[in-house]
Amino acid sequence: MDEVFWGSMIGSTLRVAAPLMLCALAGLFSERSGVVDIGLEGKMLAAAFAAAATGVSTGSLTLALLAALGTSMALSGLHGVACVSHAGNQVVSGVAINIMAVGLTAVLGAAWFKQGGQTPPVPDALRLGAWWPGLVDATRDMPFVGPVLVQGFLSHSVLVYLALALVPAVWWLLWRSRFGLRLRAVGENPAMVEAAGVSVQRMRYMALSLNGMLCGLAGAYLVLAQSASFVPNMTAGRGFMALAALIFGKWHPVGAFWACLLFGFLDAAAIRMQGVVLPVIGEVPVQLVQALPYVLTVVLLAGFIGKAVAPKALGIPYTKERT
Amino acid sequence: MKAAKPLPRWADLVLLPLLNLALALGVAGLVVMGIGQDPVQVIGVLVKGAFGSERGLSYTLYYATTFVFTGLAVAVAFHGGLFNIGGEGQAILGGLGAGLAALWLSPHLGPWLMLPIMVLSAAAAGMAWSFIPAYLQAYRGSHVVITTIMFNFLAASLLVYLLVNWLKVPGSMAVESAEFAESAKLPRMHELLQHLGVEWASSPLNASVFLAVAAAVGVYLFLWHSRAGYRMRTVGASEGAAAYAGIRPQRQVLLSMALSGGLAGLVGMNEVAGVSGRLMLDFVAGAGFTGIAVALMGRNHPVGVVLSSLLFGALFQGGAEVAFEVPGFTRDMVVALQGFIVLFSGAMSYVMAPWLSRALAALPAVRTKEVAHG
Repeated sequence: MDEVFWGSMIGSTLRVAAPLMLCALAGLFSERSGVVDIGLEGKMLAAAFAAAATGVSTGSLTLALLAALGTSMALSGLHGVACVSHAGNQVVSGVAINIMAVGLTAVLGAAWFKQGGQTPPVPDALRLGAWWPGLVDATRDMPFVGPVLVQGFLSHSVLVYLALALVPAVWWLLWRSRFGLRLRAVGENPAMVEAAGVSVQRMRYMALSLNGMLCGLAGAYLVLAQSASFVPNMTAGRGFMALAALIFGKWHPVGAFWACLLFGFLDAAAIRMQGVVLPVIGEVPVQLVQALPYVLTVVLLAGFIGKAVAPKALGIPYTKERT
Repeated sequence: MKAAKPLPRWADLVLLPLLNLALALGVAGLVVMGIGQDPVQVIGVLVKGAFGSERGLSYTLYYATTFVFTGLAVAVAFHGGLFNIGGEGQAILGGLGAGLAALWLSPHLGPWLMLPIMVLSAAAAGMAWSFIPAYLQAYRGSHVVITTIMFNFLAASLLVYLLVNWLKVPGSMAVESAEFAESAKLPRMHELLQHLGVEWASSPLNASVFLAVAAAVGVYLFLWHSRAGYRMRTVGASEGAAAYAGIRPQRQVLLSMALSGGLAGLVGMNEVAGVSGRLMLDFVAGAGFTGIAVALMGRNHPVGVVLSSLLFGALFQGGAEVAFEVPGFTRDMVVALQGFIVLFSGAMSYVMAPWLSRALAALPAVRTKEVAHG
């Protein structure tokens, strides 16, 4: 448990937490506007594939990012058509997005790249490395500063800092702007918002667009900043973990931020605790540490540690004409 | 937009689902064309692979068996007003229930005692796994959709933990338990037919297909021909009305989720007792999610569930054949199609309804009939 250990621990916590944060904030927009989003996982997966496929075939970072955002926003739009315009079941629509994403990415990947669904690695020029690459080398010999501060906090790609910066930004947008007030009101009492002359549908579509953008960033992160190529089902439940973090954070950006950090820390710890025998407790099974985020979320939802209150109109389709 | 007239019953029950299925197939066909394959050729190979041989047909029925269980699980919960996404986890627990009972007792018991015990423990384990989310929904107000998703991950972790740390055969590389004794293996269909003097190609199809048929009949009788089923459906249709009529919604939540989990747990009989004869990783392989598509397409009716299970069984078996015969085609296409079906038959099921209604109204035959009826 020396400095190097803690530096790498902090570093990997942030690296795991960043896509969770992007995804949880995406879910926050949607769910605060009253639209359940089970489809985070699928949108992130589709975006990751779009980023990888575009990156490999065009070699352009801008196009790869645009493809990721576009794909994810298109799926959010589909969710909107099904659930906002046609009052379809939001959970079912999310499940559909998840299943379609798993199937289509594998089919298209196999057909286009002929590697069993995997894509070739994106060119190095597209990879988002450390934002200040010189810093790590420059501080290597400084005690504490080098291994802990720089390795832990300052060795990340721009997307990690973007995710961190988005937490207060989203908070400000939702709790300090007129747009945010309306968006949250649509999730609590849509009829009232409609009566005040604001279109519920329009607000929900805007929430879903923001949701698609952030999910797209989360997906792009997986390919551009984490592993270089797309692998079928590479999200491996991260979208659901982000959903859990959103709920664990009580549908609040700052709460979700801490939940993502906690889940990221647990993930980082699980890998390092493999086979480690702790005093008193003995060997902790890795699976238990990995399952902890879900256990904690269920316990919270059950009301045993505080109370997570969902937006009131969450999951209820809004139809303007009352019959 | 002018509100369209509600659809006549036959159109709502038959025409609209078929139209939605056709849409899903159409989109899948476009994808197949998009990756440079010929949809007609693909469908040809698929149908031949699924129904063209004894072996193909048996595999189709074997896949369908699992989907009947998970599809019924989703359907039963739906009639109780709940959406159970936890079929995957409950099926894992079902396999664990059956498998642990078999590992413990199969050396000591004969099949006539062992197999019923496995059925019961598979169902009981699935029930237990759905009971916690159900209890939390009924009495602590946490939403069953979220908790069952969490429980899917917990079930997967539990299976890995038990296999890696307790059940794995020491010294073996494979992450799987020891093999059960013969008494804990469900007879395969070709073995049963051999007793009757019929030669049939060998396949994983096993006696649990009868269990699936019994489950479908049982669910039908329970839902539409029993008081308990009536109470459950009342809560599903209107919780307020049910409470007013003296039915306690909380108990119905527990009941419908328990039944649902029990049905999903029976997947363990098909996959663990029927096929692998031991516990291994990933034996559910997404069947819990396929159950959602199956139930939506079968409109949550046991007959519909059986029919759509057959369709999905054929798709999975035929899809495997297509992947084998057509280069560049993967079986994931079936997963994508499954997604389209959930989208069109589930999330967007009533997007087409106004169009259909208008199209029907434009048909002269229908119009005169309606006039005659006044």
